[in-house]
Amino acid sequence: MAEYAANGETPEILFWVGCAGSFDQRAQRITRAFTQILDKVGVKFAILGKEEMCTGDPARRAGNEFLFQMMAYNNINTLNTYGIKKVVTICPHCFNIFKNEYPALGGNYEVMHHTTFLQQLINDGKVTLKDGGAFKGKKITYHDSCYLGRGNGIYEAPREVLQAFDSELIEMKRCRSNGMCCGAGGAQMFKEEEPGSTRINFDRAEQALETGATIIAANCPFCTTMLTDGVKNKEKEDSVKVLDIAEMVAMSM
Amino acid sequence: MHLVQQILFIIMAAAAVYLFSRKVAEMRRNILLGRDEDLSDNSGQRWKNMALLALGQKKMFKKPFPAILHLFVYAGFIIINVEILEIFVDGVLGQHRIFAPFIGALYPFLIGFFEILAALVLIGCVIFFARRNITKVPRLNMKELSGWPREDANLILITEVVLMSLFLIMNTADQSLQALGAEHYIHTDPFWITRHFTGMFSGMSVGTLVAIERGCWWLHIIGVFAFLNYLPYSKHVHILLAFPNAYYSKLIPQGEMKNMPEIQKEVLYMMEPDKAPPASAEPAEHKNFGAKDVTDLSWKNLLDAYSCTECGRCTSVCPANITGKKLSPRKIMMDTRDRLEEVGKNINANKEFQPDGKQLINDYITIEEVRACTTCQACVEACPVMIDPLSIIMQLRRSLVMDDSNAPQEWNLMFGNIENNMAPWKFSPDDRDAWVNG
Repeated sequence: MAEYAANGETPEILFWVGCAGSFDQRAQRITRAFTQILDKVGVKFAILGKEEMCTGDPARRAGNEFLFQMMAYNNINTLNTYGIKKVVTICPHCFNIFKNEYPALGGNYEVMHHTTFLQQLINDGKVTLKDGGAFKGKKITYHDSCYLGRGNGIYEAPREVLQAFDSELIEMKRCRSNGMCCGAGGAQMFKEEEPGSTRINFDRAEQALETGATIIAANCPFCTTMLTDGVKNKEKEDSVKVLDIAEMVAMSM
Repeated sequence: MHLVQQILFIIMAAAAVYLFSRKVAEMRRNILLGRDEDLSDNSGQRWKNMALLALGQKKMFKKPFPAILHLFVYAGFIIINVEILEIFVDGVLGQHRIFAPFIGALYPFLIGFFEILAALVLIGCVIFFARRNITKVPRLNMKELSGWPREDANLILITEVVLMSLFLIMNTADQSLQALGAEHYIHTDPFWITRHFTGMFSGMSVGTLVAIERGCWWLHIIGVFAFLNYLPYSKHVHILLAFPNAYYSKLIPQGEMKNMPEIQKEVLYMMEPDKAPPASAEPAEHKNFGAKDVTDLSWKNLLDAYSCTECGRCTSVCPANITGKKLSPRKIMMDTRDRLEEVGKNINANKEFQPDGKQLINDYITIEEVRACTTCQACVEACPVMIDPLSIIMQLRRSLVMDDSNAPQEWNLMFGNIENNMAPWKFSPDDRDAWVNG
């Protein structure tokens, strides 16, 4: 973003990568897939790079409002200094923070989750999927992340993208507003689960496997990690893949 | 004789209404022990929510079978109250079926309609009772319902079955008396359901039948008054509070957490000290950050607690609960109500609250429960009357972390990483864009 600013240019969108997309090796693949799509389509985008910081979501949901407010202050400052208008992110937690929680603190941006953005690119004919692409005829199940689904009511856009693959979408028993969490939200990602009979991600992955799908489509880097672990737990990692929708689109272009 | 009955009736009705309103005032006072929260905005949307969710029971229909039974019981309850009105007027004036002469042919039609509703309520309650006690629907048989909550639920169902039976027996006896041409028993066309049951009273004398009819009439209305006064002590008060609770429910996206402006300001003053007020300007009264006890919660959280009828839809979708963790959103609401009731009794006894060495966290809700939440909002989405257990959980977490510095070690590491490396993991901020080279 600093380069754009130095040249006096403005990008179409600011791609907010998020911490998982930046540092987590699995999630980096999602980041790269999404940027490949942007490059192919010719969307002028910027990233904040080293200036990006955690939105503060895990701190806020763990109860540490001070830390959240500090992160929010710094991020909003950076974004407002660059005059950012439109943000696209691959993380539903970042998306929720931008859409719902930064406005009260002076951060007002048009924000889109990457699945909605991809759906628009497909609808506008900017992304064309290969005929008989990688997922044609395959059985896919879709996992609603809490913060895209229940949190913000986005259920259809990701499904529309999946339908464009000409594959068979099989819903889990718990889907849409009744979708079940992967177990990572509320800062659980960063601590051991409380004692219980099983792990949440094991349970959710089993529900996904019960559909008989060979692809579990996700929209969140944390869900992707949790479900991948859940599939491994059932020793199904060779036959069933957990993929972010951006990866699926990138593979089909 | 009539006069004595009238006087008795009036005394009983007055006492019932007085006691009920006194308890309602107490509940209102308890709810207002919560922190202020301005929810007076957007009344158009709020009325709509009340109409759809409370009156229309929209969310109940996610589970169609119990929703239909519940609709019977609910519709019966509301509509049969029209008949209670006649019973009430009869009781005060010492009359019998006072509306009958005025509305003529409509009267047996109305009573017939009420009888059908009464029968549906009866059937609904019997099936509900079976679901709790025979088929044992899992969410209605969890550990947190042991003791009083289970007795409360059964008592409500049994009372409704008894009241409806009394109403139907009364009408049956009435028609037998009409057939015998008994004095005072005004002639009506047969009622839809009870006309088929007059056979069970055949051969009885007028005296016996009058005793049965009057007995049922009195027991029914005494039962109604007693039930009215039982409501505020029971989870069943949801029949009233569902309405305000739906009206005041959250209008913002479920994913949004409430901001804490006091901390926002503090961070602003830290970052930009020139904006801070002079140190002496406001000797800020220290409030807990978040909540330790019910009085730290918002009044809406407390209204939520009183509105909960312990149906357990929240807990049955909670990922933590499903996987064996201690957290149960229903228990969060039940604990909040129990603690609020206790604080209320303390105030009743001592005029103002005397510290009792207890609080909501630890003494009612354990830290382990609060920590198990994934903030997935499934509980919020599931609640038919728009209760928000997540809001309480988050306020308890805020207090644990910010007042007590009580967080699991892994969270402290995460906080440290965010503060120092701007990411929840221990990576160098310089590597944030390293994925470009991957």
